[in-house]
Amino acid sequence: MSETPAPGGRAASAPIMGHESEPTLFEMSVANRSAYQLRTTGVPATRLGDLIPGDHLNANVVPIAEVSERDLVAHFTRLSHRQFSVDLGMYPLGSCTMKYNPKFCDAIANDLGLNSVHPGTPASLSQGWLEILVTLEEKLCAVTGMSAATLQPAAGAAGELTGLLLMRAYHEANGDVRRRVLIPDSAHGTNPASVTLGGYEVTTVPSNERGLVDLEKLKTALGPDVAGIMLTNPNTVGLFEEEITEIAKAVHDVGGLLYYDGANLNAILGAVRPGDMGFDIVHMNLHKTFATPHGGGGPGAGPVAVAPRLVEFLPGPRATKVGGTFEWVTPPRSIGRVHGWHGNAVVLARALAYIDVHGGDGLTRVAQHAVLNANWLRHRLREILPAAYNRVCMHECTLTATGLKAKYGVRGLDVAKALLEEGFHSPTVYFPLIVEEALMFEPTETESVQTLESLAQALERIVQRAQDDPESLHRAPQSTPVSRVDEARAARQLIATADAVR
Amino acid sequence: MADYLPHTENDVASMLAFLGMNSLDDLFAHIPASVRLAQGLALDDGLSEPDVAAIFDGYSDANRAKTTAMTCYAGGGAYDHEVPPVVKALASRSEFVTAYTPYQPEVAQGVLQAIFEYQTLISRLSGLPIPNASLYDAATALVEALNMAHGATGRSKMVISSGIHPHWRQVARTFAKGTGHEIVEVPLLDGVTDWSSVDVSDAAAVVAAYPNYLGVLEDLSKAKALAVASGALFVVGADPVAAGVLKTAGQWGADVFVGEGQAFGTPLSFGGPYLGLFACTEAQVRRLPGRIVGETVDSSGRKAFVTTLRAREQDIRREKATSNVCTNQTLMAVTAAIQLGWLGTNGLREVATRCAQGAHYLFDEVLRINGVGAANSQPFFREFAIRLPRSANDVIASMAEQHVLAGLSAGALCEGDDPSIESGIDRVLLVSVTERRTKDELDHYVRALQEVISS
Repeated sequence: MSETPAPGGRAASAPIMGHESEPTLFEMSVANRSAYQLRTTGVPATRLGDLIPGDHLNANVVPIAEVSERDLVAHFTRLSHRQFSVDLGMYPLGSCTMKYNPKFCDAIANDLGLNSVHPGTPASLSQGWLEILVTLEEKLCAVTGMSAATLQPAAGAAGELTGLLLMRAYHEANGDVRRRVLIPDSAHGTNPASVTLGGYEVTTVPSNERGLVDLEKLKTALGPDVAGIMLTNPNTVGLFEEEITEIAKAVHDVGGLLYYDGANLNAILGAVRPGDMGFDIVHMNLHKTFATPHGGGGPGAGPVAVAPRLVEFLPGPRATKVGGTFEWVTPPRSIGRVHGWHGNAVVLARALAYIDVHGGDGLTRVAQHAVLNANWLRHRLREILPAAYNRVCMHECTLTATGLKAKYGVRGLDVAKALLEEGFHSPTVYFPLIVEEALMFEPTETESVQTLESLAQALERIVQRAQDDPESLHRAPQSTPVSRVDEARAARQLIATADAVR
Repeated sequence: MADYLPHTENDVASMLAFLGMNSLDDLFAHIPASVRLAQGLALDDGLSEPDVAAIFDGYSDANRAKTTAMTCYAGGGAYDHEVPPVVKALASRSEFVTAYTPYQPEVAQGVLQAIFEYQTLISRLSGLPIPNASLYDAATALVEALNMAHGATGRSKMVISSGIHPHWRQVARTFAKGTGHEIVEVPLLDGVTDWSSVDVSDAAAVVAAYPNYLGVLEDLSKAKALAVASGALFVVGADPVAAGVLKTAGQWGADVFVGEGQAFGTPLSFGGPYLGLFACTEAQVRRLPGRIVGETVDSSGRKAFVTTLRAREQDIRREKATSNVCTNQTLMAVTAAIQLGWLGTNGLREVATRCAQGAHYLFDEVLRINGVGAANSQPFFREFAIRLPRSANDVIASMAEQHVLAGLSAGALCEGDDPSIESGIDRVLLVSVTERRTKDELDHYVRALQEVISS
C-alpha cells in the first residue's frame, strides 16, 4: 500500500470560497423582481373577485421572495457548495449505506414517460407503471425469500409501522390478543417508536457479551402475549445473529412473528435471505441497499415483503398481473392504504433499474465487497480504534474510542469532527447505544481500497493529534463552512423561520 | 459484468490476504450453513445500462397517459404545474440529491439552510408559526396531525369531514388500527360538510378541508367554532397553492395545517415521492412530528443552522417519541423552496389566479353540454365536480382516445360509495385545471366531452 493513495473518496481538495454565511432567500428579495415565466393561455382573465366569494379571498399578500433567476441560481448553487454528499466524497456513515448512486438511475427517474404520469390514471392507461411495480415486487421477494410485498411505505419507519399493523391484523384474525413486541437493546430508535404506534408495548431484550441477542434472556421474555420480535440481521453493531434459527423457533413456538428490519440488507444480498432465516415480515430501505439517493434526508422507500400466511392482509391496492394485463387488486383482508397513492413510485423505479443492472450475480458481489471493505477497515484500524467486538463483521464495523478518551480526553465525537477536516464524512457516532464511544463505519462496496487506506491514514493523523494537541480536536472542524454549532441555543430559543421573534 | 464496484481481482486477493482469508466466502463462514443461500439469487444476471434503458423505454411507452401524450385534467392533490428548467437543474444538484440527513451540521449547511427557507415559506402559506422539515405526503401528514391531537387532548375521537381526500381518510383509518383512535367521517350535503350530523363534544381533532376534495370552498368558521367549543384541535387540510390568493389555514383558526406540496416543483411522478406539509401553533411545538431546523450560531459566532428540539425524536425518545418518522422528503422540500423562489410573491398569486380562471372557464363551458350538470352548487377554486349521464370511468376511457385525461372518477377514488356524495358516485367526475392549460386545450376538452357523451 502506497503512503499517499490517490483514488477517489477523499474530498479534502474541495474548494470552499470563504467563511461568511449565505444570506437567506428573503434577505435577497427586492420588491417586484421576478424570475417566473408562464404559458400564454388565452384563457379569459376574469377578476378573481368575480369567480370566488370575497370572504374566501386573503386580504393580505403572502410574501414569498422576489429574486431574479440569476440570483436564485447563485443562491442555491452556493448552498450546494456548503453541503457534503456521496458524489463529493466518502460517506462512511454506519447504518446508512451511503453507497454511490448511479447516474443511470437518475436518468430513469427523469424519464417523462414515467414521471409525468398522474397517480389517479386508470390502470389501462398506465400499464408501464403497473408492470414496474409488479416486476420490482417479484425481484424484492426473490432477494428476501418472501411471497409478496407492498410497495406503498414511503420510508423504513413507515415500513416498520406497516409491518406491525400486519402483525396485529394476523393475530386478530386468529382471535388472538397480544400485547408486547420484543426489541433488542441495540435496535434503531424507529423500532420502539413504531411499536408504540402499532398499539403494542416494547419489551427490551439485552445483548450478550458478543454483541448478539442473549438467547436465554430472550426465552425468558417470551410468552403467549408476545406478538413478535423486531430484529436487524446483521444487527446494528454490524454482526450476524448466529443463533437466528434458535431465535426464530423460540418466537414461533409462542405463536409470535419475526419482523426483519432491512436497514442492513446490503450485507447479505445473495448470501442469506430473511425468509430462509424464519422471518415473516421484512422491510427494505431502497435508499440504502438499492442505491436510491437519500436526498438530504429523504425520499426513501420502505417496501414490506411477507410470508404466505400474511399476504391476504397486505395494504392495497396492489399492482397485480391478471392474465395478460396489469390491474389494481386489494387483498381480501387488507389493512388498507398506508400512503396517499402508490408509494414513492419514482424511487421504486430507480431501485428496479439498479437491480436490473446488477442482476443476481451483481447483487451478490455487492454484499461480498461491502463485507470485505468493512472487515479490511476494521483490521486496518485495529491498533488505533479497536472494534467493540473483535471478530469478522458484516457490512459495517463498530469501533470504540474509549482508549483515546481514557488516555487523551478525546471523545468519539472529536474524532468524527476531525475527520471532516480530513475530507471524509464522519462515521455514525454514539450508536448503537450499547457500545461506549461508538464510531460506526460503513464503507460500502463502492469505495476503493485506496480510499479505505486514505481514510485509515486520516484517522492515524487524528490519533497523532490526540496525543500531541488534544485541545485542537475539541475545536475541530475549522476548515468547514461553519465550526461546531450551538445546539443548546437552537433548542432554547427556537428560530424555525425567518419570521420568528429573535 | 456491469456494476459500480471498483475492486479488481488483484484488489480482492490482496485484501483477503490482509485478512488472512482465501476467498470471499470466508467472510460469510460464520453464518450457519442451514440458512445460507446455496444456489444464489433467483434473478437474471446483470445487464448493461443501455440494455436496461431499452426495457424501461417499453414501460414508458406503455404509459399512455403521460402528459407528453395526453393533456392532464386529473387533480386530487396531484397537479400538472409548470416546472421550469432552472428548478429542475438546481433541485437535481447532486450535493442535494446524494446527501444524507444533516447529522453533521458543519458540512450540511446547504441542506439545513434550504430546509429553513422551506420552513419559512410553509409557515407563511399556512399562517402558522411552527412548520416541520417535511413528512412523506399529505395523507401521512394527516395521521401525524391526529396523533398530535391525541397527545394534546388525551382524547381518541377524530372527527373528519368527508371533504378530506378519500385516500387520506383511508390512510387515517389504517393507522387508527394501531393507535386505537376512533375515526368519525362527517357526510357532505351538496358538497359542504354537515357538521350538525355528528357529536364533536369529546373529539381530539376536528378536521376540515380547504378546498375539499370536490374542489369546494367551505366556510370553515363553523368547524372552527365546534373545535373550540369541544376543546379539540382544529386541523385543516389545505391546498398550499390556494394560499397564494385565498385565506390561509391559520386565518381560519387552524391549530394544525397539513397539505400536499407536490404542486411546488415535483412532477406528477405516479404519486411519489411527494411532499407532506405540516405546521402548527406554538402550543404544540413539543409534540411536533419529524425534524425541524433551527437557526443558531457556530463557535465563532457565525450564523448556522441545525436540526433542533431533537429530544422529541425516535432516536432519542424511542418508544415515547411523538412520531416514528426518520427519513422524510427533504429533497422535495428543497425543491419546493426553489420552485417558490422562482415563482416569487407575484408568480404564486398568478399561478393560483390562472388555475381558478381556467377551472371556472371550463366549468361554465362543460355545463352547456346536454346531460352534464354540476355535482353541487358551491363555490370552488381550481377543481370542480360534475355529474355525467354515464359512468365517469367510461367517459375517462373514451376521452383518452382524444388525448385527454379527463379527470378523476369520484367512485374510483372512493372505491365505492362514500359519505361525501349522496348518490350516483360512479357518475361524478372531478376535473382540475392548472395554469398550464390554454384556452385551445380547454375548448378541445369541451368538444371531446360533448362527442363522448352524445355518442
